[in-house]
Amino acid sequence: MKSIKPLYFTLAVLTFILMEGALYMAFLHAPTERTMGDVQRIFYFHVPSAWVSFLAFFVVCIASIAFLRTGKAAWDRLAASSAGIGLLFITLVLVTGPLWAKPVWNVYWTWDARLTTSLILWLIYLAYLMVRSYTSDPERGAKFAAVFGIIGFLDVPIVYMSIRWWRTLHPAPVIGGGGGLAPEMKAALFFSLFAFTVLYITLLLLSFRIRSMEQKIQALKHNS
Amino acid sequence: MQNITFLFAAYSLIWLAIFLFLLNLARKVTRLEQQVRHLEEER
Repeated sequence: MKSIKPLYFTLAVLTFILMEGALYMAFLHAPTERTMGDVQRIFYFHVPSAWVSFLAFFVVCIASIAFLRTGKAAWDRLAASSAGIGLLFITLVLVTGPLWAKPVWNVYWTWDARLTTSLILWLIYLAYLMVRSYTSDPERGAKFAAVFGIIGFLDVPIVYMSIRWWRTLHPAPVIGGGGGLAPEMKAALFFSLFAFTVLYITLLLLSFRIRSMEQKIQALKHNS
Repeated sequence: MQNITFLFAAYSLIWLAIFLFLLNLARKVTRLEQQVRHLEEER
C-alpha cells in the first residue's frame, strides 16, 4: 500500500492548529452573550458538531447511491467510514445540547421537534452501523446498509427544518434564519465550522484507510 | 463566569470523545499495518 503518512501528518497538524484556533475564537474573541452568559459559548462547538454530522450523513447518502449504481466496494467503504464519524458528531450534539439547555431552559431534555428529530437521526445511523456489523453476508449487508443510508438521510432536512415547521424551544437557525449574531460571534462560529470540517476530512481519510486495509487483509488471507 | 460547570463539561466531553475516537483509529492502523506486513512476509 502506497505510503500516505506525510499527508496524514500534515492534516493532523493543520486540524490541531485549527481546533486550537476555534477554542481561542470561542473563548477569547467572541463576546459574552448578554442573556445566557458564558454558557452560550457551547454554541461554537455545538453547531459545528451538528454541521459535521449533516455533512457526514450527506456523504453516506451520495456514496451509497454510487455504490448501488456501480457496485464498487470503495463507495461502500466511504459510506461506512462517514457514517461512523457522523454518529460520533450527532452524539456530541445530543450531549452538548442538554448541557446548554439545563441552565437556559431549566431542563436537560424536552420532547421538542428539533431534539426529537435529532434523536431519531442518531437512532437511524446507529441502526445503520449495526446492520453492517450483524449481517452474516458482507455483500448483502453492504447493499442493505446503502439503502438504509439513503432513506436515513431523509431525516436530515427534517431536523434542519423542524424549528421552522413546528413551534419549538430551540433557538432560530443562525445560518439562513436571520439570527442576530454580533460580528465577532459570527467570526467565531464560521472559524469553528471550518475547523470542524477539516477535522471531519482528516477523520474520514483515516477511517477510509483503515477499511481499505481491512479489505486488503481479507484478500491476502483468502489468497494464502 | 456563569454556569461554568456546564460549559466545562460540554467542552471536556467534546475533546475527550474526539481524542478517544482518534486513539481508536490510530491503534487500528498500527494493528492492521502489522498484519499486512506479516501476511506479505508469509507469501
